[in-house]
Amino acid sequence: MALLEVKNLEVKFPLRQGELTALRDVSFSLDRGERLGIVGESGAGKSVAAFAILNLVSRPGYISGGKILFEGRDLAGLSRSELRTIRGNRINMIFQDPMMTLNPVLTIGTQMIECLRAHRRITPAAARQLAIEKLRAVSIPSPEARIDQYPHELSGGMRQRVVIAIALLTDPSVIIADEPTTALDVTIQAEIMELLLELCEHNNVALILITHDLGVVSQVTQRAIVMYAGRIVEEGATRRIIDSARHPYTQGLINALPERTRPGQRLNQIPGVMPSLMDIPQGCAFHPRCQLRIDACQQQLPAYSGSEHARVACLRVDEQERAQ
Amino acid sequence: MIAFLIRRIGQALVVMFVISLLSFSIQDNLGDPLRELVGQSVSEAERQALRDQMGLNDPFLAQYWRFLRKAVQGDLGNSYFFKRPALEVIMEKFPATMELVLGATLIILLLSVPIGVYCAINPRSWFTRVMMGLSIVGISIPVFLTAIMLIYLFSIHLGWLPSYGRGETVMIGAWESGLLTWDGVLHLILPSIALSSIMLPLFIRLIRSEMMEVLEQEYIRFAWAKGLQRRRIWFLHALKNTLLPVITVGGVQIGTMIAYTILTETVFQWPGMGFLFLEAVNRVDTPLIIAYLIVVGLIFVVTNTVVDLIYGLVNPTVKLTRGLA
Amino acid sequence: MRYWRLFRKSAFLYRFRKDKVAVASFSVLMLLVVMSFSAPLIAPYDPYDPVQIDIMDSDIPPSWQAEGDTRFALGTDAQGRDMWSTMLYGTRLSITIGLFAVLLQSLLGIALGLVAGYFGGRIDSFLMRLADIQLSFSTLMVAIVVLAVFQASFGTELYNELALFMLILVIGIAEWPQYARTVRASVLAEKRKEYVDAVRVIGLNRRRIMFRHILPNTLSPILVISTVQVANAIMSEAALSFLGLGMPVNQPSLGSLINSGFEFILSGSWWITTFPALLLVVLVLVINLLGDWMRDVLNPKLYKE
Repeated sequence: MALLEVKNLEVKFPLRQGELTALRDVSFSLDRGERLGIVGESGAGKSVAAFAILNLVSRPGYISGGKILFEGRDLAGLSRSELRTIRGNRINMIFQDPMMTLNPVLTIGTQMIECLRAHRRITPAAARQLAIEKLRAVSIPSPEARIDQYPHELSGGMRQRVVIAIALLTDPSVIIADEPTTALDVTIQAEIMELLLELCEHNNVALILITHDLGVVSQVTQRAIVMYAGRIVEEGATRRIIDSARHPYTQGLINALPERTRPGQRLNQIPGVMPSLMDIPQGCAFHPRCQLRIDACQQQLPAYSGSEHARVACLRVDEQERAQ
Repeated sequence: MIAFLIRRIGQALVVMFVISLLSFSIQDNLGDPLRELVGQSVSEAERQALRDQMGLNDPFLAQYWRFLRKAVQGDLGNSYFFKRPALEVIMEKFPATMELVLGATLIILLLSVPIGVYCAINPRSWFTRVMMGLSIVGISIPVFLTAIMLIYLFSIHLGWLPSYGRGETVMIGAWESGLLTWDGVLHLILPSIALSSIMLPLFIRLIRSEMMEVLEQEYIRFAWAKGLQRRRIWFLHALKNTLLPVITVGGVQIGTMIAYTILTETVFQWPGMGFLFLEAVNRVDTPLIIAYLIVVGLIFVVTNTVVDLIYGLVNPTVKLTRGLA
Repeated sequence: MRYWRLFRKSAFLYRFRKDKVAVASFSVLMLLVVMSFSAPLIAPYDPYDPVQIDIMDSDIPPSWQAEGDTRFALGTDAQGRDMWSTMLYGTRLSITIGLFAVLLQSLLGIALGLVAGYFGGRIDSFLMRLADIQLSFSTLMVAIVVLAVFQASFGTELYNELALFMLILVIGIAEWPQYARTVRASVLAEKRKEYVDAVRVIGLNRRRIMFRHILPNTLSPILVISTVQVANAIMSEAALSFLGLGMPVNQPSLGSLINSGFEFILSGSWWITTFPALLLVVLVLVINLLGDWMRDVLNPKLYKE
């Protein structure tokens, strides 16, 4: 049995102009110790999916359908206190911007110790000791002193290390990292990513990595999901997706990578922009930007073809593959 | 800490300098000290001699310097009406005003925080709607009207509470307190409510809007993701951040509060400094007016310093030791 | 004409029409303004004309009470003036003081804010420190002290003549920091923008370009501030008049009417206080409601410390 299984998840936002569907029919699974990437442009619904797992979709959004099975229990149906035993304990999160994630008026120590005290019976002194250990594990120098400092006394990279330490505190089964390096300086992005990867491997923690950066996905994850306009368009082993993407959108993303372009040549951008979730085109949401579209794409929502972990939602996929 | 103190003291000096200049020019222009001393029956030549003798013909700076030297020693002249040192007269009334302010502050603190927090957490509940409606009505009713309404309802109509004066008081050293007798406490109730009547809705609205903004922050979402208890998230993570701007506004409101004590004390005939000040204005009792200004100025300076210190304690990004703002 | 057509189509007007509270507040406010400013036409008596006042008519309760008099619908005050007429004239005074005080505040505040933001440096820090100190003293406190000293030094008679002017001046001067901070913040933001440099490169006058952008940008915060400030100014005026530092008895504003009635409330003449008080609260409340609504709709970046 998979550790985490998301089935037909649907998230809606009731707005003044009508209800907006941010996620539709999103299904994926995650095994113990596995590392899964969720890729897409901003606005594709990757973050909403991540937050929906812990029922943390920002108001007024809500989960309108589907199941989130963690070790066989449906998280969407849990009471608040039951959910609290999972959140921050079994499934932990790392947010995008470390400058905004830590509470500015509480010390690092307070923000770490409270986590431990919320989930297990532990004395403050023991919790503090454990917190210092974890700070050391994320290579923060002199953690005994740092633990009593406030977030503003630490650099962005340091703060993200603290956030990672917080995520590791309770020895979780899953860590969901939402663009964990996007807000950092380019020079420390790789460092942080490597640290995260190493810690996940070492502690056998499953990782869901949400990012728009295909390069990062290929370095860290074993399997990847590509999302477009609130729906999964392709899933497969990361290597295979990078090497031979099947959905035209994924192909477009990969062709747009700077590495795929010879110096001096223009980047191969996908023409057009992703539609707003307010007015998703009928049929395949990608069809207005797709070079392979046929009339049927405008009418018919493409079903998934392929196996559970190697699927694609495109009407032209068979023809394309036959042609190859 | 030293830099903070220097900055604070510098500001205090500027404020007190302005007040002293104002006070001195009032003394200079208002009322003739000679007439108060000797009456009308003295000849013009004798007057001039006396003026010279008292230094009233000295240059401005010399006179101001003398005023300042005396003021620093606590000598602000005798009240024309009470024939006693003005500062002494004012300080006798100081406890009455302070206890009134204390009562109102307690009401504001004890009610505005829980109500404001509740309204921020439950923006759609009926209680929040009622509170928001009431609060905008509240800030639209002047303090003196609330005071009159309270007297009319609770004293004249229902007869539950006394409407004027402090009631029975007890001397604790030089402090005349109404807090230790039941009668004194009863007398304090209506004036305190009146004094808090505009600030309370103001603070409820402020705390609500600041807290709603804080609750949208990423670190609150992270706190939820950490699986913390609701109470801890609301009352530690969110409230502590909410209080920062509230403390700043609180500091600014101290001046308004003192102005409102004048109104409240007038309506309830509360024997405090504000009531005394208004009487002094009507009697053109210059030394008393000046004494009031200087005492009020000192209260400003002291309370603003305290507010700054509290702000520094709550907000770790303000380092009192380094004097960063 | 073009602007009017644009305004009619704007989201502002649309949202106004959909909000019942806003429409109701605006209607009540307009009604009060129109009625009070046409007081000389619609008031049955002229409270400023001693010939029309008979001391024998004093303290008559409203007409629906047993001792009421049909000549005076809302009764008379202690001097025998018709309450209804006096209130209309009083409202006109209160609104006038509120409007002119806010006009003075905004002119002063905008000018000082522009100066502080544009020149920066020492002028800026001096002006902003001054603003801090002035704000912490509170308008009402400054006004009470200044007016009290004036009254004591000029004597009541001369003061009564100057009261209207003095009230506008004092309330007007005391609240400039609100505007100055908003305008200053806007100037600083504008200064940082690159197009200002770009414009200079083309050889246009930088100052003129800047100000042409700043004033439209600050329009909505200024509108929101001004609305609330009019309500505050009317409240301050009422408080000052209540303390006897505002409008004199022979030319009463709503505040001085309430004050004059307060002495008689114990002897049962409730109407002298109650009617003007009600009118004052309604006037301030509808302005505050409009201000609240505007803050929600325009959502301006108000200066916050």
